[in-house]
This record gives sequence, structure tokens and C-alpha cells, in this order.
Amino acid sequence: MVIPTMAEKMAEGKTPEVLFWVGCAGSFDDRAKKITKAFAKILIEANVDFAVLGTEESCTGDPAKRAGNEFLFQMQAVTNIEVLNAYEVKKIVTTCPHCFNTLKNEYPELGGTYEVMHHTEFLKSLLDEGRISIEGGKYAGKRITFHDPCYLGRANGIYEAPRDLIRKLEIELVEMKRCKSKGLCCGAGGAQMFKDAEKGDKEIFIERTEEALETKPEFIATGCPFCNTMMTDGVKNKEKEKNIKVMDIAELVAGAKDL
Amino acid sequence: MSYLPNVLFALLLIGGVGFFVRNVKKLSRNISLGKDIDRSDRIADRWKHMAAIALGQSKMVRRPIAGLLHIIVYIGFIIINIEVLEIIIDGLFGTHRIFAFAGGFYNFLIGSFEILAFLVLLSVIIFWIRRMVLKLPRFWSKEMTSWPKNDALNILYFEVVLMGLFLLMNAADYGLQQMGAIHYVQAGSFPVSQFIASWLPENELTLFYIERGAWWLHIIGILIFLNYLYYSKHLHILLAFPNTFYANLEPQGRFDNLASVTKEVKLMMDPDADPYAVPEEGEEDEVGKFGASDVTDLSWVQLMNAYTCTECGRCSSVCPANQTGKELSPRAIMMKTRDRLEEVGRFIDKEGEVAFREKGDGKSLLDTISEAELWACTSCNACVTECPVSIDPLSIIMDMRRYLVMEQSAAPQELNLMMTNVENNGAPWQYSQMDRLNWKDE
Ligand code: SF4
Ligand code: SF4
Repeated sequence: MVIPTMAEKMAEGKTPEVLFWVGCAGSFDDRAKKITKAFAKILIEANVDFAVLGTEESCTGDPAKRAGNEFLFQMQAVTNIEVLNAYEVKKIVTTCPHCFNTLKNEYPELGGTYEVMHHTEFLKSLLDEGRISIEGGKYAGKRITFHDPCYLGRANGIYEAPRDLIRKLEIELVEMKRCKSKGLCCGAGGAQMFKDAEKGDKEIFIERTEEALETKPEFIATGCPFCNTMMTDGVKNKEKEKNIKVMDIAELVAGAKDL
Repeated sequence: MSYLPNVLFALLLIGGVGFFVRNVKKLSRNISLGKDIDRSDRIADRWKHMAAIALGQSKMVRRPIAGLLHIIVYIGFIIINIEVLEIIIDGLFGTHRIFAFAGGFYNFLIGSFEILAFLVLLSVIIFWIRRMVLKLPRFWSKEMTSWPKNDALNILYFEVVLMGLFLLMNAADYGLQQMGAIHYVQAGSFPVSQFIASWLPENELTLFYIERGAWWLHIIGILIFLNYLYYSKHLHILLAFPNTFYANLEPQGRFDNLASVTKEVKLMMDPDADPYAVPEEGEEDEVGKFGASDVTDLSWVQLMNAYTCTECGRCSSVCPANQTGKELSPRAIMMKTRDRLEEVGRFIDKEGEVAFREKGDGKSLLDTISEAELWACTSCNACVTECPVSIDPLSIIMDMRRYLVMEQSAAPQELNLMMTNVENNGAPWQYSQMDRLNWKDE
């Protein structure tokens, strides 16, 4: 895959239309890398003029901030903002709701103001502008349930963009008991991903997976690499991985287009 | 001699309201122990937010049954205040049903009060059944110890007594009007209490005593209730308004960037900055404390939140940590904050604020809110979304985490590892930043 970096673009004297912020999970986590690739393929297919930071990208600082380490967060933020501003970045798209939230809401006050979009919103806008077409491909008619990522949904009020894409793919969407603003966290947010859960009767991801399984889905869709990991673990824990796949919306779109 | 009731009434009113004002002063003093935070922006949006959430009860109906019942009690409460105005005027001047001149409109008002009073009674009974018979789990979790539970029940009993007295008073009045008793003007319409009237004796003097007795007990009850507020979760009937007005209107995912940290970080990142520079005039030279270990480290909005919390437990019932048996309960966070603030308030009443600021009382909020609670939060914002009066328990959790991490270096070991990785590799895992683009060739 040919993935241009900002540095290469700059060397050619060009500024791309949009920066694809890959995020730590998207760069290093084996499962999340597949989401990254799926989304990159769509960007290429749609002829979007984009670039990534590559080795110049660093953690946004989200997990540090939510763990309470404001120092580390701001050090990360200031460093990232310097890089972004040096490349005169205007528009950012990312597949991670945590990166999305931090870049969009917490960077402006520190000197980094950009138009930031989550990839489901971006895909929706490509669709609306006619730059990509989506039809029910191989997933049409399958039963799917969508897990709202907290940092996309409640934190930023984006509930419809992912659902619009699912409908466009002609997949049968069945909502869980708790969805949209009432959605239940997957258990990974607030830096929980990086530590064992506190003592309790149950793991949060099990609770959420059970709720998803109640809808009898063939797919569980989500729009966050962390939710993806948690739900995948949950499905494995319930020994349902043969019949139920956990997929990112980007993977569904790419898959339907056979990319 | 005939002025005795009027004088008695005036004294009662002054005493009751005076005591209430004293409590309000204490309340506002305690809230202002919090740190300053600027919530003077977006005034138009703030009014709208308050109108929708406090006045319009829009969040209540996220739970339709409780929401509907609550709206009835709420409207009943507002409307009954018009009645109280009449009671006060009558009490002070020895008049009776002073607003009766409004004729048909007056009849309509009294009639609708009666119907509302009846509906309130019904709602309160259903509320009681939900608590005591159906035992809805959110009313029986472990932070609902004896006082919170009794407080909630007291309020319900209070409502029953007040509504009952109101109807009894009207019933006797109706009877007296029928008899053409002097002083009892023909006014009002009594769709509910006329049925009660048929059970009352038909003796004019007895009816008079019943009417006066109910009238006095009703107003005394209201004054007691007014003063009970300060000690009760019921304070939300007043504080819901400022609390929604000064609520956080930013996207919920946006956490504040600590300004004191920004200053330090800028210093560290700026090669030209002189670390030994003398702070400018008026500038704080000490950075202060990072995060919160006690109520005085929180903002006044967070403290007002604590007083506004009505302990409904909606937040905890949607909290993923709470639902899966972790120690965290966002409601308990709010209750503990309020209890601690009250404790500090009592200390200051005795020893003065200076003494508290200088040496404290040897206790802190961290004595009651445990690290296990703080570390169980996923920062999912479900509690914030759910709270019917725009309380933000998450912000307190985050401020306390900041204290644990930045002042005490007391994060769980795995989180320390994650943070070291972010610091050294620019990722929460131990991978080299140089490998960030490897995915494209895999
Ligand atoms: S933000 Fe924290 S306290 Fe609030 S519901 Fe989520 S996990 Fe619970
Ligand atoms: S914080 Fe809000 S939702 Fe939670 S108990 Fe208090 S009033 Fe109810």
C-alpha cells in the first residue's frame, strides 16, 4: 500500500487535504491495524488527498490525561501541536474516538485548532459528496448490532453517522437495550485498557458482550479500536467467535466494496 | 386581643423565614469555599439549558414513569406556592381567602389545586411503593444508609401530611360556606374535598376548629419543610436552577486543561524561558496543589453540585463500574463530597476559615473516597448524561485522580508503566515510535 507521509508531501511542496491520524492502537495493535488498513484503502479508492504523520506521530496523551497525569498529557499535546502546526494541518480524520475527542476538544486551548472528524463522519461526508458509493455488498441483510463508543457518542454526540453507513450497507441493524446516549461502556475507557479492572462481580466487557449477544447478531460493529478489542475478547470468552465477528464500520465499508 | 393570631402568625413567619435565611447564608458560604471557575460565558445558552432541564424537567422523562410522577409533584409544588401567598396575606391581616374577589378564576384555581393535591398524594404513594415495596435497587444500594433512606421517606410523609391538611382545610371551609358562617366567604371550588366534607361533623364550631387547626398546621408544616431543606437531599428543589444554569455546556468528552500545568509545561518547552524568573506582580508565585484531595480544591460549581444531588441514584444505576459490582458509585461520590463539605463548614463555624485554610482539620475527602473507587471509573460520562440536574460526578473523580497521580505518584503500577511508555515511546505500549508506519507493509 502506498501511504504518503506529511514529510514526503512537504518535500513535494504539497499540503494534503486531510491528515489521517492513525493513533497508537491503529499503529501497533494487530487487530486495530486491520481497521487502519481498511480505512486507508477506502481513502485511496475515493481518491482522497491524504497523508499520515508516520514516525512523527505520537500519543495524543488521552490515556495519560484520563489517568490523571495532566503534565504528561500537556507535554504530549504541545509536542504534537508543534508538529501539526508546522505542517499547517487544517483537517484531521481519525479512526479512534479517543484521539478524535482529544484533538477536537482539548487541543484548541493549547494552541492546536483543527477541523477534526471521526472516520465514520468522514465516510458519511464522502458519501454525501458522492466521492464514494456504498451499496449493500456481501453484508446486505445480515444481522448486526452497533456498540456506541462513549467518546464518539455521549462525549461528542455522534450517534447517527455510523448508523447511516450501516443502513447504506443494507445491513439489518438491531439495537441493544442500551444504545446511543444510554449505551454501556466497553470497559476500556479512562485508561482502564491499560490496567486490570478493579475488584467487582463481573468484567464490564462481559456485561456488554452479553447484551450484544441478546440481539442475536451475526456481526457486532463498532467505531473504536478499544471497543473492538473488548468486544472481541468478550465474544471469545463466550466462545462465539466462530459465528459472530466484531468489525469496525470502516472494515464493513471496505469489505462491502471488496477492497 | 383579637390581634393575637395575626401577631402570632407574624412571629412564626419571621422565625421560620429567618432561620431559613441563616441556612442559605451558610450554604452559600460553604459553596464559596470552592475554587473560582468562570461560568459567565454563553448566557443565552445557560438560560436555555436551565429552562429545559430544571423548569422543563426534560431529563426526568428519560425514565418515563418516575418522570411523569415527578412532574406532577413538581407542578403541585409550584402551584401550591400561590396558595401559600394567600395564606400569608390572610394570616397577617386576619382576612379570609383574600383572592376570592377573582371570582370564577379563583374557583378555577382552587379547583385545580385540589386536583393537583390529590394527584400529588397518589404520586407520593406510588413513590413510596417503589421504594419500600418494589425496592428498586437504586434506592437500596450500600450508600443509602439510614439517613439517606429516612430523608427520602420523611419528604414523602411530609408531602402526604401537607396535602392532607390542605384538603382537610378546604373540606371544613366548604362545610362552613354551605352553612353561611360569617367570615367564610362563598369562594372556591372543591372537586376533591367536598367528598371529605361529607365525613365531617355538621357542627359549625367543630368545623371552625377543624378549619383553623388544619390552616395553622398547614402553614407551620410548610415553614418546617422550608427549614428541613438545608439538611436534606430535597435542597434540589432550589438548587436545581442555579445548578443547571452554571452547568458545563462544553462537549462532555472535553476535560479542562489545568492552567497551572499549562504554565509549567510552557516553561519546560520554551528554551528561552528563565526558570528562575521572578514572578510578575500579582502573579501567584506558588503553583498550588495539582488536583483535589479535599473539597476546597474543588470548584464552587462542583460543591454546588454536591448540595444539589438529590440522591436519586440514576447516575449509579447506569455506571458500568457500579453495575458490575465495583466499589465506585457516582452518587456516593456526590454524597461524600457534600458530607465532607458540611464537616468543613462545621469546623469553620467553630474555628474560623483562616484556621481551616492554615492547618485544616486533619481530615480530607480522600478519607472517605477510596482509591479503588477512583480507579474504577471508565470516564464514560454515563453518569453525567443521566443526571436530571446536570451534575458532573466525573469531574470530581478526575480531579482526585490528578491529585493521586501528580501529587502522590499513587497510580496503579500498570498505569505507571503505561505513562512511562507514553513518555519514552510516544505510545502507551512499549513499541518504538520508528515502527509507527509498519502497518502499511504488513
Ligand atoms: S464516568 Fe465513571 S462514574 Fe460516571 S458512569 Fe462512567 S464509569 Fe461511572
Ligand atoms: S448525581 Fe444526579 S443522578 Fe446521581 S444521584 Fe445525584 S442527582 Fe441523581
